[in-house]
Amino acid sequence: MKRTLILAAAMIGSGAILAAETVSSADVVYDEYGSIAASLSGTAGDPVNGIEVMSSRSQGNCVACHQVSDLSAAFQGNVGPSLDGAADRWDEAQLRGIVANAKITFPDSIMPSFYKETGYIRAGNAYTGKAAGDELTTLLTAQQIEDVVAYLATLKE
Amino acid sequence: MKRTGLLQAAGLIGLIAMATTATAQDDNQLVVNGEIEMITDAPAPENIGGLKTIYSGWRFRQSEMQALQMDDFENPGAYAIDEGVEMWATAEGSEGKSCASCHEDIEDSMAGVRAVYPKWNESKGQVMTLAQQINDCRTEQMGAEAWKYDGGDMTSMEAAISLQSRGMPVNVATDGPVAETWAKGEEIYYTRYGQLELSCANCHEDNYDNYIRADHLSQGQINGFPAFRIKTGKLTQTHNRFKGCVRDTRAETFSPGSDEFVALELYVASRGNGLSVEAPSVRP
Ligand code: HEC
Ligand code: HEC
Repeated sequence: MKRTLILAAAMIGSGAILAAETVSSADVVYDEYGSIAASLSGTAGDPVNGIEVMSSRSQGNCVACHQVSDLSAAFQGNVGPSLDGAADRWDEAQLRGIVANAKITFPDSIMPSFYKETGYIRAGNAYTGKAAGDELTTLLTAQQIEDVVAYLATLKE
Repeated sequence: MKRTGLLQAAGLIGLIAMATTATAQDDNQLVVNGEIEMITDAPAPENIGGLKTIYSGWRFRQSEMQALQMDDFENPGAYAIDEGVEMWATAEGSEGKSCASCHEDIEDSMAGVRAVYPKWNESKGQVMTLAQQINDCRTEQMGAEAWKYDGGDMTSMEAAISLQSRGMPVNVATDGPVAETWAKGEEIYYTRYGQLELSCANCHEDNYDNYIRADHLSQGQINGFPAFRIKTGKLTQTHNRFKGCVRDTRAETFSPGSDEFVALELYVASRGNGLSVEAPSVRP
């Protein structure tokens, strides 16, 4: 009984911290090259979940455009460059900036902005073809982006 | 900073090189029924920026799928031709007329028609697609109900009419009275719609011959439409295809038959000026 209470209190506590430290898409601070220094979620990224986010069609589906030798996802595309060795080319802040909004690092990039909520033309309600209405959320959550960044940081050659 | 201008420049040059050296996947020749020779590549029309050579979507398909289109007995879309031809001679509506009542033989009267649509309609003062013209004949001449723009009847009738132009080069007008609609279509083609912010050009001009996941990107030409899609198992109307591509950008789509899709059809058709009319084509 006592234990449950403490557990419950701990959960409420961590939930509150999480909410407080998540940076909303409107409040993200990019430097002039497009990097984001601070974590978007305040919680360390989980590279294993990052793999899931990058490979899954319903999440990041990064492999639609990028080839990553380390990933087992079938049919990796080549619209973007291979991400092998990405961590040799970019540091963590840069990777976070690219995943959150690649168009700041690469002006006019074809790469979607995964942490942006406004500025779209005829935004839809996911893949239904219908108008988004008020439903629009970022393509990935702050934590999903941190997870992807944590995985990308392992891609060294 | 680690991310130097140089690195970025190198990445960009790599991408540009990829785009300009891209070619269709093979040099196969499309000859249908051993006799109709199709033009599947041609120099890009002058008013189409960003492309040097235009390719039919057929050239990007694997040889097994290509083969299906080379023989009408193998072509799973051929059913629609019989359907269309039958409807051609079927009287409907308050006037008791069929298409044949006014146009007689489909082979003679419809030869060359598909190749020049969408086109300007003087009496209406607007650009009309083939589907709109068909529905106009139904409502104004036959006293019949309009067909659903991208429904089965319409798509079959379009296929039967398009067949009469098979092999002829697409040749839609882009200037004169259609110029304004064409320009609107061009603008739509380059607009980055939806939450993925992708334009038609991002996929079909900048990245044709690349792969997006398992999909081998073509130039998104419509010279083969209506096209039989293996994925859906039926013949697909042009605006239905457009709708699917816009939806895939996580955008609110336009409706089949809308002014936007009519303009887009004119513009996309003109990007294929010089390629043969192929309908019914076979596509993934
Ligand atoms: C629609 C295509 C597309 C999608 C989807 C996409 N990217 Fe990209 N990405 C690109 C392109 C193109 C570039 C090259 C930069 C440019 O636009 O010039 C790029 C660049 C990058 C780079 C820098 C490349 C390097 O190694 O130097 C990283 C890292 C990256 N993307 C990660 C991701 C991640 C992670 C996801 C998914 C969450 C993703 N991308 C989804 C197209 C895409
Ligand atoms: C995210 C990428 C993407 C975007 C954006 C896109 N398409 Fe497509 N499109 C595809 C894929 C994938 C296919 C199937 C393979 C192929 O033929 O390229 C396709 C096929 C087509 C086809 C069939 C071609 C054939 O020969 O069967 C047409 C026509 C077409 N697209 C037109 C358009 C138009 C017009 C737009 C803009 C309104 C557009 N697409 C936007 C990915 C895209």
